[in-house]
Amino acid sequence: MSLTTMVYRPTEARLDWPGRLSAAAAVVTLAAAPFFLAPYATTTLTRMLVYALLAASLDLLVGITGLPSLGHAAYFGVGAYMAGWIATNATPAAPLPLLAAAVAGGLAALAAGWVAVRSAGVFFLILTLALAEIIQQLAESWQPVTGGSNGMYGIPATRLGAEPLTHVAYLHWYVLGWFLVGILVVWALSASPFGATLRGIRDNEPRLRALGYQPYRYKLAAFVAAGAVAGLAGGLLATQQRLVTPTDLGFATSALALLAVVIGGTGTIWGPCLGAALVVLVRDSLGPSLGGHGPLVLGLVFIAVVYALPRGVAGVRRPRSRRTATR
Amino acid sequence: MSEVLRCVDVARTFGALRAVDGVDLAVTRGARHALIGPNGAGKSTLLRLVAGGLRVTRGRIWFGGRDVTRAPEAHRARLGIGQTFQQSSLFRSLTAADNVALAVQRRRGRPWLPLPQRPGWAARVTELLGLVGLESRGHQPVHTLSYAECRQLEVAVALAAEPQVLLLDEPAAGMSADGTARLLDLLRGLPPDITLVFIEHDLDLAFQLATEVTVLHLGRVLMSGTPAEVQASDEVQRAYLGAGRRGDLFITEPVTGGGDVAART
Repeated sequence: MSLTTMVYRPTEARLDWPGRLSAAAAVVTLAAAPFFLAPYATTTLTRMLVYALLAASLDLLVGITGLPSLGHAAYFGVGAYMAGWIATNATPAAPLPLLAAAVAGGLAALAAGWVAVRSAGVFFLILTLALAEIIQQLAESWQPVTGGSNGMYGIPATRLGAEPLTHVAYLHWYVLGWFLVGILVVWALSASPFGATLRGIRDNEPRLRALGYQPYRYKLAAFVAAGAVAGLAGGLLATQQRLVTPTDLGFATSALALLAVVIGGTGTIWGPCLGAALVVLVRDSLGPSLGGHGPLVLGLVFIAVVYALPRGVAGVRRPRSRRTATR
Repeated sequence: MSEVLRCVDVARTFGALRAVDGVDLAVTRGARHALIGPNGAGKSTLLRLVAGGLRVTRGRIWFGGRDVTRAPEAHRARLGIGQTFQQSSLFRSLTAADNVALAVQRRRGRPWLPLPQRPGWAARVTELLGLVGLESRGHQPVHTLSYAECRQLEVAVALAAEPQVLLLDEPAAGMSADGTARLLDLLRGLPPDITLVFIEHDLDLAFQLATEVTVLHLGRVLMSGTPAEVQASDEVQRAYLGAGRRGDLFITEPVTGGGDVAART
């Protein structure tokens, strides 16, 4: 069908029926999981959702804006500490710790992004890593607030009304609900005119400038939005684990998130979610039975994906417009 | 007719090289102004200076009566200076329609809107693709388009920004005869309120389209005038061909209809 007979719609805002049905089936399956999974498996699935949201937020930077961050866990960790601190010192009533986590993640990203998004490429990579290291050092040394290297433990269970969320299934549904909110935010940003501008930055920033855009502002906004969603994911981590340590905002967590994005397929949002599920599965479930060789398996998976699926797992199913070479 | 663009004593040096050396340029509103000159004359550099991609070493640039010498490139684009590039400069992973839409939404939409929308300006995207003959290629990613199609899309993207002055750096470079003819038709059909400043090595094309011509040589203005005045100039002959004959540069009979003065390189 030619464009003369149809109204233009931005490519990324189109959600075809197979896509909608797959998304609906995934949500139903995730919601029903506690009915047929053992509590330990449900807990692992809940953790997958937490890291999936972290990976989706990173995809907003890496895949959609073209800013490869190596320090994204910093905002995840800031959110986790903030949610833990609010729950411990103010109120564990939902959803305040999570909202505070998202705001804290966004503010930390604003401070770091103000410096970081002025650079690009390898410089951006190194700068984000350095800024994240500073935040991790702060977490380790600010003992009265963060608990230092021991971390923040004994975080009270989130309360929904008068009920504390301690049951594995209820906790899973609570995390799933906020995961969906976070994913919806990332998808809406991606499919909006703002998201189209971010893709323009990724593809050709000088051309965008020549069209009258000011890319710095958009990159900073994307960095803050990604930080806020990562902060929300961090809040969910604190809600689930009730423990936050400096490792949660360290390089290893950032690298795992980046790995999830690459394995899953950059710029697709759902691909990095699958990548995160795989990463958590290998690290937390298969890793212990492999004698601590989980990272080795992840490395092999990474190499296999780079060679066999250069567009990640999501690259197996691409939108028609991306696959079609010629008409 | 009023001036839309004026450069006064504009210079740009790269180390010891004076790429543009004290250029004065006046462009009339609505003109089709050709910048010609041998390789290395400073034509592309001058366009980059006007667009704001490069800063001047010396001189002033006025656009629409406003001094834009210090204005950044994005600001000049918002004021109404559009451009296409010598090498195709598109958003390669996006579709042709999305490329045009990016330019349209900056002008008519709300690029900051963080929610998906059915854009009210969608018809404009279709219209622009149709204008450059790419209406059936809108869904194709740019990296699958041919070279000529990319050049056409470049023009559509530039026009989508609704410029007052459009700077075209060799728009027909590398295109077939058919493609060049289509491009010429497209440029001729543009509304008269859009001023064109274009670099073209194909003098045939340049003189068919131009209403004003500026000849650059070694970073300086050799002469400015109407196409007829430039064609009659011995100085221009020498700059292009040394001691060559005028007949080697310009053909006296028209190549295509309409009584246009034609030329060949």
